[in-house]
Amino acid sequence: MLWLAIFFVVPLGYLAYQSLESGNVDFGYAFTWAWGNYWTAIRDYRTQFIRSIEFAGIATVIAFVVSYPVAYWIAFRGGRWKNLLLLCIIAPFFVTYLIRTLAWETILSDHGFVVRTLGNLHLLGVLGQNGHILSTGTAVVAGITYNFLPFMALPLYVSLEQIDPRLIEAAEDLYANKIRAFLRVTFPLSLPGVVAGTLLTFIPAAGDFINAQLLGGTQNHMIGNVIQSKFLELSDYPSAAAMSFILMGAILAFVAIYALIVGTEQLTGTAV
Amino acid sequence: MAVQRSRPKRGVLASTWTFVKRNVLTAYSILFFIYLLLPIAVVVVFSFNNPVGKFNYVWQGFTWDNWRYWNGVPGIQSAIELSLEVALVASLVATAFGTMIALALVRYRFRFRAATNILIFLPLSTPEIVLGASLLTLFLNFTFVPFGFITILIAHVMFCVSFAVVTVKARLIGFDRHLEEAAMDLGANEWTTFQKVTLPLIVPAVLAAFLLCFAISVDDFVVTYFVSGSSVTFPIYVWGAARVGAPAQVNVIGTAIFVIAISGALANVLIQMRREKHA
Repeated sequence: MLWLAIFFVVPLGYLAYQSLESGNVDFGYAFTWAWGNYWTAIRDYRTQFIRSIEFAGIATVIAFVVSYPVAYWIAFRGGRWKNLLLLCIIAPFFVTYLIRTLAWETILSDHGFVVRTLGNLHLLGVLGQNGHILSTGTAVVAGITYNFLPFMALPLYVSLEQIDPRLIEAAEDLYANKIRAFLRVTFPLSLPGVVAGTLLTFIPAAGDFINAQLLGGTQNHMIGNVIQSKFLELSDYPSAAAMSFILMGAILAFVAIYALIVGTEQLTGTAV
Repeated sequence: MAVQRSRPKRGVLASTWTFVKRNVLTAYSILFFIYLLLPIAVVVVFSFNNPVGKFNYVWQGFTWDNWRYWNGVPGIQSAIELSLEVALVASLVATAFGTMIALALVRYRFRFRAATNILIFLPLSTPEIVLGASLLTLFLNFTFVPFGFITILIAHVMFCVSFAVVTVKARLIGFDRHLEEAAMDLGANEWTTFQKVTLPLIVPAVLAAFLLCFAISVDDFVVTYFVSGSSVTFPIYVWGAARVGAPAQVNVIGTAIFVIAISGALANVLIQMRREKHA
């Protein structure tokens, strides 16, 4: 079986080559160790960086709050219908990402019922701008939340489903209080799912530029939009690469902290 | 087992409150699913819209025309064809590589095992835009590779491999190795054992990996956008069309993809449910 083992190393080496070499090429592009690129990138695009983190953070929190009760409901009350309900959760994935986002453009458009309802409730001033939802930060956050919701809901479900209901019953017998049983037993046991869900939502959300482009308009560009336009429209490779690395560095630091807590095997295990 | 507790009798108000409390989670979950499925409904409904002018935002009237002339918009058919070709080749290659890597990771303790685990996880945990950007710079320096089918293919294989590895690995971890040992004891050599024992047992996972890769590849926009050059896959077509107002045909294709994928998945789930019922 040695020949098989060698055969594995080839695609692995290829992958290693891809992920490592491309990084070096980015640095080597200018051939001057121009660390200044990094400072300029941070100085000039601080607002977009902060906005990316902010939007992704808000979307992650909303996705968590919205999907935790549902994950709980499927895990403990789903019964025979569990698989069908899970299918409903991943159903949005069967529609092309861009088309999903375009559908939100339709829903949130000025003629749509969301804008009209909010207008009737006089909430439009709070969430929208000048009577619009489209082209505001709210629309971008709404789109990001929706698009990455299954990434949050599924890991939460997996970890909640693994909890032995008898543990909760035991806690209820001892504490005799549903809220405390939840806070002391159910929630801590579901933490691996919370960690995985948070990562899987936050990471793609921070680098996303599709929602900002289609739903946000020019006022709400995220760092992804800047990287994309620098690369493909302005051909300013060095500074775009520097920005990519800042983004990736920030996210890798985030992942590393989690990996230390949970361990890489568990992290990859809960990822799918 | 849950302990049955006798409840003291309460008034109508209190019992209504109990009813609300018990069902609030269910009601909330139903609302959640409506929210989740609403955009899909919009996509499907607007594929039958008869839009006036360029924008397909406002409902104007019912028509079959978008379905009858699904390729009536220039460029859409070739974009779909390119997407399908890339997805087919990329998921075949990625599944083959992914299966072998997964076997190696689970079976052998080699020196760079931990590093390999991280390497596999890296594309999953990197924002797509960074993947796309780094691949673009790589290809920019490999001037002998023209941007187009080949670059899209390489990129898709790269990120699909990770998903394939994770999927097959999950199956292999719960795999009884005694079955292979038994086959070897009975005189089968390594290749026969792999063919007759290992492969049939992991086929469901390999198939799942293939389907997953296919779905991801067809849907991918960000990485493809970076490395495609002037080639147009379906998501790139949609992106271009969205800038000037996407035609209803985009919804038609979106609906068709959704219906095909969901009916496959639904059939799978229903078969599972029936099996559980009989078991």
